[in-house]
Amino acid sequence: MLHIYCPHCRELREEEEFHAKGQAHIARPLDPDACTDKEWGEYLFFRKNPRGLHHEIWYHTAGCRKFFNLTRDTQTYEIKEIYKIGEQPEVTADKG
Amino acid sequence: MSQKNRLQSGGRIDRSKAVTFSYNGRRYKGYQGDTIASALLANGVDIVGRSFKYSRPRGIVAAGAEEPNAVLQLGATEATQVPNVRATQQELYDGLVCSATNGWPSVESDLMGVMGSIGGKMMPPGFYYKTFMYPQSMWPTYEKFIRKAAGLGRAPQERDQDAYDIMNQHCDLMVVGAGPAGLMAALTAGRSGARVIIADEQSEFGGHLLSSREQIGGKSAADWVADVVAELAKLRNVQMLPRSTVNGYHDHNFLTINENRTDYKGDKAPDGQVRQRMHRVRAHWVVLASGAHERPLVFGNNDVPGCMVASAVSTYLNRYGVVPGSKLVLMTTNDGAYQTALDWADAGREVVAVVDTRANPNGDLIAATRARGIKVITGSAVIDVKGKKRVSGVIVAAIDAKRDKVTGKPQQLGCDTVASSGGWSPVVHLSCHAGSRPVWNDDIIGFVPGPTIQKQLTAGGINGSYSLDKVLSEGIKAGQDAASRLGLSPAAVKLPNVRSVREGKPMALFHVPHTKPTSRAPKQFVDLQNDVTAAGIELATREGFEAIEHVKRYTAMGFGTDQGKLGNINGMAITAKVLGKTIPETGTTVFRPNYTPIAFGAIAGRNCKELFVPKRFSAMHKWHVEHGAEFEDVGQWKRPWFYPKAGETMQQALDRECKATRESVAILDASTLGKIDIQGKDAREFLGRVYTNAWAKLAIGKCRYGLMCGEDGMVFDDGVTSCLGDNHFLMTTTTGGAAHVLEWLEFYHQTEWPELEVYFTSVTDHWATMTISGPNSRKLLAELCDDIDLGKDSFKFMDWREGTVAGVPARVFRISFTGELSFEVNVQANYGLHVWEKLFEHGAKYNLTPYGTETMHILRAEKGFIIAGQDTDGSMTPIDLGMSWCVSNNKPFSYIGKRGMAREDCVRGQRKHLVGLKTKDPSVVLPEGAQAVADPKQPIPMDLLGHISSSYWSANLNRSIAMGFIKGGHDRMGETVYYPLADGRVIEAEICSPIFLDPKGERQNV
Repeated sequence: MLHIYCPHCRELREEEEFHAKGQAHIARPLDPDACTDKEWGEYLFFRKNPRGLHHEIWYHTAGCRKFFNLTRDTQTYEIKEIYKIGEQPEVTADKG
Repeated sequence: MSQKNRLQSGGRIDRSKAVTFSYNGRRYKGYQGDTIASALLANGVDIVGRSFKYSRPRGIVAAGAEEPNAVLQLGATEATQVPNVRATQQELYDGLVCSATNGWPSVESDLMGVMGSIGGKMMPPGFYYKTFMYPQSMWPTYEKFIRKAAGLGRAPQERDQDAYDIMNQHCDLMVVGAGPAGLMAALTAGRSGARVIIADEQSEFGGHLLSSREQIGGKSAADWVADVVAELAKLRNVQMLPRSTVNGYHDHNFLTINENRTDYKGDKAPDGQVRQRMHRVRAHWVVLASGAHERPLVFGNNDVPGCMVASAVSTYLNRYGVVPGSKLVLMTTNDGAYQTALDWADAGREVVAVVDTRANPNGDLIAATRARGIKVITGSAVIDVKGKKRVSGVIVAAIDAKRDKVTGKPQQLGCDTVASSGGWSPVVHLSCHAGSRPVWNDDIIGFVPGPTIQKQLTAGGINGSYSLDKVLSEGIKAGQDAASRLGLSPAAVKLPNVRSVREGKPMALFHVPHTKPTSRAPKQFVDLQNDVTAAGIELATREGFEAIEHVKRYTAMGFGTDQGKLGNINGMAITAKVLGKTIPETGTTVFRPNYTPIAFGAIAGRNCKELFVPKRFSAMHKWHVEHGAEFEDVGQWKRPWFYPKAGETMQQALDRECKATRESVAILDASTLGKIDIQGKDAREFLGRVYTNAWAKLAIGKCRYGLMCGEDGMVFDDGVTSCLGDNHFLMTTTTGGAAHVLEWLEFYHQTEWPELEVYFTSVTDHWATMTISGPNSRKLLAELCDDIDLGKDSFKFMDWREGTVAGVPARVFRISFTGELSFEVNVQANYGLHVWEKLFEHGAKYNLTPYGTETMHILRAEKGFIIAGQDTDGSMTPIDLGMSWCVSNNKPFSYIGKRGMAREDCVRGQRKHLVGLKTKDPSVVLPEGAQAVADPKQPIPMDLLGHISSSYWSANLNRSIAMGFIKGGHDRMGETVYYPLADGRVIEAEICSPIFLDPKGERQNV
């Protein structure tokens, strides 16, 4: 069970208080009507499944009800960083 | 029966407290402090089970969690049955009832055993796969018999009367194991000020020191342990958990510990006490001091009762005062096991010989053994065991372990006990639970914990450190390391003096050779619980199962409830040798939680029965109960389903409720509908983005129905939202969808449109909601409300007003889910029951009838109104539902669902459309889920047109009605479709509009 730091509550809390909302940084197209079916389909359905670093959105469901991002290693379950919505990750695969 | 193997004195048992217990229906005596295993051995019971595959008699081989054979069924009554109890771990109490879990008619004379000895050659690994695969259709039959023959015990047929609980804890340092290393680590960290929890699976702290005759710091090991425990008990920052097995070491230093609180006291927990407790511990640091298990050697017929692990023999002697035989032969690859021969001799019984596989052993213990006049046979091994139900002798021969050959002439020795030691295997299980793989260490001939990202330290046997001084010093160091990593200054702890013993190099031997090749030699067991032999492993590799995980699955090695604690390393080494690989190249299988089997009760804790799922009740619940309502679960809510009167069937009750609504007035408790208060200057804009229809012009005092779609254009919820103020709205959702909708709104606000100023608050529980519906609803409400003008033209359909109902502030919404004139009265929840009862006081003259969810469903279906989640399943667009009137594509913002609805697949023709269906025979009610076809005579698989989503008997229409999906249904009105059912009936139905009653909506606009 993961131990997750909520950047809004500023405390480490048990995973049971949270739930994962999947891959982070998937922006809703600003003009959906201008998207082709392919572009819209990719926005809707296509997700990464990396072995290693993954940027995810989590929701503090049973806490402050706020969303935030985290970078997690999908092999070790290590949480590398926590950052708020709108911010960018510092730990990324291309930075090694 | 007398305790013929009990020594006159010694051991940690309390001889003043004799206890009586029953095993296989016979009564035996033992002492408090015994385990079932030690008491059975004291009473001379040799056989504790029959083996899994060959049904060979089996005896006790070990003294702890690693025991593969003595797995018993416990319990004096049906409700207290516990399967899978290791006799070596279960403490004895007076009146304990246990039995062997396999063997028929008994373990002593087992019929399957005859089959095992005749058919043994015919049951190679993969036997089941090879034999029972053909014909495939017979598998269900085979399986029934295989399942009956297999297994270790049975589940109780009655409910467990005991309670279990769960405790969440935090600590600075979790010490796993209270042997010498763990005790030292806890003491050191405890003295340094760390908050420590130390847990050990045994009834007492001390680990193997409880079985040891060593001196520590000038005291007996037992006294030294007692002093350390006494100091730990005084430290307020240290919590001690004996009888507590750390069963899992999960991610982020989370540990699950199963504490046996009363299993040792009796068949049932004393009143007011829980049987077991699960501690869920989050630790900053963990010291694993889980020790090591001694490896038995693999030799011919090494499963005959009387074959034991050397250290277990010492444990029974020293800890329990039990000598499990008369004449001992000890086989060893190392110096340490000689202690068992010395212990045996000191108990006054005969050591026939020590057989050392090494050519020239020369450590201190060997000298001591020789000095006692005990014969030491070197460069040799026990290659075979004589005896069926008990060892009667052994065959010893000189071996060349390197070339895997017997080199000398075999000789027979008479004995009744064979103790063996192939060295020790560190208990690395916990270190692997979070994904780390153990690494092979040639020096200690065993796997040690591998690299990990856990905040984990290790000390003692788990590192392959076995000399007592090293174990103690590693414990101190781990405690100090933990303290400094926690930012504390580590306390100085003096290493106590212990005897230093000069030891020779152990030999790596995993498989004792025989004069015959392995496949022809007597059975050499690797995994006793699953009857896996060395020959079986060799065969598996010959058949191409080369990866260790494949060998495991094909042979079932390590698949037992003991998870191969004794046998796995030998099995991996044998696999490696056959493949010509090294042990590290072959690797290990994966260790997973739980370390030892655990009761379901301990996992469930208090989360069972009435506490399994929270229940939610409306403010009027008491009234519903008093008026005989049947309830339906909707999410966590208990909603009245219908209100049967005495003697009424469900259908009669529904017919009465339905008619009352349309003829006079009826009332529904709608409090469970999700309610979300939405405020902020951008609230209106936000609504326009999440609903498919327009919200820009909704005036204060007005309500509007809305559909919510996902980005894929599929409907997932609906409800009425009312404008309370320019920046203030009240949204309602389906009962079951409330939490999801709130999260949905928050998600879009927080991640996509944070620039919008809008706030969401769940107010579901704040309001009690009662829907008064029917032609007399206005008259009834008027009697209790004098400050709202209820007139037809002043309070229109889809308006809401604030006022007073039954003397209580209320919001009244003129909305309708029945198609009748309806008023939805919302009052503060704690006034709900009062208003409800007032309505009934005044409603009697109008025959005010309470109705439940079932009548609500029928009434809305008469009107063709959908229920999100029943008539939608995540694959229907508003267009599919015939609700294009609720879609506004003129909004400036591309609302959620708009682009999705325009996808190629959503605009193609022939999608499944929601339609009404009238059965040709009006008395027949279609089953929900039935599938439509155009031609019921077509061959299977038929071309399916769509399913029935809602179907009822309508008393008001005096016929059945149904809503369902038909491919291209909107353009097929009047056509006939057929519903072939599983029972052979074919129901004919006509496609029609889903609005069966009052298509113009005149009834609600009065």
